[in-house]
Parts: sequence; structure tokens; C-alpha cells
Amino acid sequence: MSLSSAVLETGAVHARRTLRGSLLANELRTMFRRNRNLVLLGALAVIPIGLGIAVKVGTGQHGPGDGGFLDQVSNNGLFLVFAALSLTLPVFLPMALGVVSGDSISGEAAQGTLRYLLVAPVGRVRLLAVKGCALAVFCLVSTAVVSVAALLTGLALFPAGQVTLLSGDSIGMGAALVKAVWVTLLVAVSLLGLAAVGLFVSTLTDTPIAAMGVTVGVTIVCGILQAISQLSAIWPWLYTYQWSSYADLLRDPVYLSNIERNLLIQLGYVVVFGSAAWARLTTRDVTS
Amino acid sequence: MTQQATATGPAISTTGLSKRYRGGQLAVDGLDLRVPQGSVFGFLGPNGSGKTTTIRMLLGLISPNAGSAELFGETVGAGQVAQLTRVGALIEGPAHYPYLTGRANLARYDAADRTADPRTRAQRIEHALEQVGLANAAEKKAKAYSLGMKQRLGLACALLRPRDLLILDEPTNGLDPQGMREIRGLITSLAAQGTTIFLSSHLLDEIEQVCTDVAIMSRGRLVSQGTVAELREGLKARLVVTTPDPGDAANVLKEQGGQDVRTEGQRVDCAAEAELRPEVVCAALVGAGVRVQSFGIERPSLEDAFVALTGEGFDVAQ
Repeated sequence: MSLSSAVLETGAVHARRTLRGSLLANELRTMFRRNRNLVLLGALAVIPIGLGIAVKVGTGQHGPGDGGFLDQVSNNGLFLVFAALSLTLPVFLPMALGVVSGDSISGEAAQGTLRYLLVAPVGRVRLLAVKGCALAVFCLVSTAVVSVAALLTGLALFPAGQVTLLSGDSIGMGAALVKAVWVTLLVAVSLLGLAAVGLFVSTLTDTPIAAMGVTVGVTIVCGILQAISQLSAIWPWLYTYQWSSYADLLRDPVYLSNIERNLLIQLGYVVVFGSAAWARLTTRDVTS
Repeated sequence: MTQQATATGPAISTTGLSKRYRGGQLAVDGLDLRVPQGSVFGFLGPNGSGKTTTIRMLLGLISPNAGSAELFGETVGAGQVAQLTRVGALIEGPAHYPYLTGRANLARYDAADRTADPRTRAQRIEHALEQVGLANAAEKKAKAYSLGMKQRLGLACALLRPRDLLILDEPTNGLDPQGMREIRGLITSLAAQGTTIFLSSHLLDEIEQVCTDVAIMSRGRLVSQGTVAELREGLKARLVVTTPDPGDAANVLKEQGGQDVRTEGQRVDCAAEAELRPEVVCAALVGAGVRVQSFGIERPSLEDAFVALTGEGFDVAQ
């Protein structure tokens, strides 16, 4: 081994160690070892399993369905992934994320650990960045938990094979799995706007339960606003507006317009509420 | 700021530091504090006198309405935290993640400090746990800790790295007498190694036992600061006799030249001037047939100094 490659290797080992010892790594470990969060993820995993069993038991008992993903599940287990995501995205995923994001700063403040982190010292901007990244990871993990649980349940209970897309074309199982991964990623990204709102709300108060309530409540309010057609003018500004755009990935060719709009909305929310959280956290007095 | 000045300047200095909370209450009012490096500095005041607010401003947790605070010559602010790596702190009681073990709590705080080397983390945590006597409880979850153990874990957090300054707010809260002694011993040994200690307390005898310098707060204002000896100097020691014959004793003290003789029940006392030699006075008392139960010189305590300075008792402000 040459000297330079040895140096490079030591550098890489050092970098790896530093990464593993970083605050972000610690934040993720803390997040995914905490019982409350594991229970939330467990509950999310139970939903597709229950859904799969319900479809299995109920097959043949109902007439022609409404053409949603659920009707396709008994023909192809892979569709349980899409059915489970469409079921959890409006309520269960936002609820889990609302709890975790609302707790992110306010929970530290309520415990008093915020002051010790700040004097450790961690810069306030760095703390916010770490919390934001950890929330993004939680968005991905919680969505992936639903997808993976749905995929395993679907393949265990139902046949697999050619997948018929919404546009009518058929694709093979491998291509369909790739689609499922993209759908999962898009649903996870769709949650980022809500994560930013939760992070901001959690910088406002020292009471975690209030921040969680507000964050979950905001999603419910968005849902209500979208049910009132007279308010359609404000719909494009709601982070829930294009939440169902992931279905467009199941067309061939993929219909991008709504997906792009969804990404833009999420980016807007992350920028606006991320900045608001930054403005709040970097100027507030920490008295807890 | 030059290296020279950093090395010899004060560890903490504040100029006109003031904080008014949103309710309109002035918590800290024009504080000019100067904590020399290497001192064990007692920060004394009743509950509600602004000690914790001051400490929070020193650590950049809250921003002052007026004035500024410097640590090692560098201004403290919400965005300026670099010099805090030199500072260990215990602020208004310890705080931990109840669902993490003692060791994992320390690892998290250490990871928060980006200048702390992760390669030496395990070793430094072990050392800190040993210093505060928690090594045996390191694997227990913090929620299972007693109040005293939590206090020790808080101290361990402040000791994760060798620090130049320790800011300790009521460090012996919740500890039993043995624990208090251990912590005082720890503070004394850290001070002997050259660490500057800023110790806030409402326990006067605690400050008296360990501190070299002291500042006294009352209602948000600094009423005095200096060495413990300087502070005591303003108060004269008193010569005290306890006897069932207070009248006779008072007369003898006056004959012997005692000034400011006071009688209170069975206690008679006068100013202990240098020319008033205790052995002579005692012999005179016995010679005059006074039944002396006890006799001695009473040194003024910090509590007396505090009462003399503020004209108030050591109770909650307002």
C-alpha cells in the first residue's frame, strides 16, 4: 500500500468516525430508539397489514368497486403499496410526522435539554439544521415503513405479476417495483412541507403537546379547506394540494405537471417555514 | 483581543448588563461583574435576585436589553458560541433525556460540541462519570435516577472536557450532606488545577466554605463584589458572653473599655477591639462574680455582611 493511499484511507476512516459521532447521527439514533417513535412506526406498519387482510377476507363479497387501487390488490399484491400509501397519506402519516416534528424543538425546551445543547455548545442554526435533516429522514422512514409492510403483506397474500397502469399499459414486476420506490420517495417528499411547519411551530412554544396538536390540526384544516369548492382559489397554496400527484407516476408516460407543482409547493413551504423557524430560534430567549 | 490579554484578563466581565422581561419586570439592572481567572467566585443572592437570569445571559441563552457580557474577552451572544467550548455549565438544575442512559445522555451532549473529538468520547465520558461518582449507574436510564444522581450527571456533563471556566448554578441542590461534601471537594480540587469557578448559590455557608471572591446580588443589582476577606472586613467581630447575670457582665465589659455593649436575654456582647484582650476580660468577668457559661469572639458571617449591605433579610425578593 502506498503512503498516499494509506493517508487517504486514514482520512476516510477518520471522516467515517466523525460522521458516526456527529450530532446528526446522534439525533437519528435518539429518534429511532425512542419508544414513542417506534410505536408510531409500528402503528404505521400495522395499517397495510390490516388492509391486506381485510381485502383478502372481503374478496368476492362486494360488487364492482370504484376503480381505486384497492380493487386491484386482489389481482396483484403490489397494488397494496399504492393502496396503503393513499390510505395513510391523508391522516396517519401526517399524524405521526406532526407528533415528531412538533416535538423537535419544544420537546427539548420542555425537558430543559435545549439549554444544555446550546451551551454544549451547538450553534442555533446548526441545531435547527440537524433537526430539519432528522425530520426529513423520518418522513422517508415512516413512508418506507408503510411501503415495505404493504409490499410484504401484498406479496404474501396475493398473486404477483404484470401490473396494469392507470394509463392501461402493462409493465413487468421489476419495473413496477421501481415505480413503487419512486412513489414512496415522492410521498416522503410530499411530507416535507408539513415537517417544516411542524419544526417552525415547535420553535414557538415550550409545550410539545401544543406544537404537536397545532401541526396535526393544520393538516386537518387543509383537508377541510380542500373540501370547500368556494375556496378553490387558495387550494394551490396548501401543502396538501398535490399530495395525490404520486398516482401520476403510475402512468406511461409519467404525467409530470402535478408532480412538479407538488415539489414546488413543498420547496416553498420548506423555505418559508424553515426561514421562520430560523428567525425565531436564533432570536428567542431560552428561558426553559 | 491579544493573546496576552486573553491569558490574563478576567474569565467573565459584564458591562451595564441589563435584562427586562416582557412582563416589564427588571430582572437584572446594570450589572458590572468581573470574575478574575483562577478564582472561585461566589455569586450570592436570595431567590429571585437575578442570579439565574445573569447566568443565562453569560451563556448566550437570553440576550440582554442593554450592556454586554464577555467570556475570556469575547462578547457572548446567541450567534457567538465558540468560546463556550471552554465553559462547563450547570444551569438551574440538571436536564436529561429520561429515556436515555446516563452514558448516552453524556454522549449526546458531547456530540453537540463539534470541537469535541469523537475518538476520545468514550474515554472522556468514563472519566467524567468517575469524577462525579456515577460510574456504577452509567447504564441506568436517566428517568430512574434520584435527584442527587441527576445533579451528578449534570456535573459530569459540565466536566466532559477540561474546562477553563465552570459556571455552576446551585450545584449541591438535591444532594445529601455526604454528596454536598463530595461536590465541594470536587470543586476545590478543580479550582486547585486552575479552573475558574463561578458558583451561584443561596447557601451562604457553602459560598463561605469554598469561595475566594464573592459578589452579592439583591433585586437585580450588584450590591458588592470583592474577596470574601474584604467583604468581611467591613464588619467588626464581636466579643460575646453568655451568662445568667447579664447586668453585671455588661458593667464589666464597659469597665474594661468595651464599645457598643448590647444585652439580649442571657447574651451580652460588645465590639471586639484589638486593645480588648479576651483573656483579660474573661478574668475580669470571673473576678466580678459573673457566672460565665460561654465566652468567645464571634466572626461576622457572610449573612451578616449581606444584611449589612442590603438592609434586608435573606428572603425571596419582593
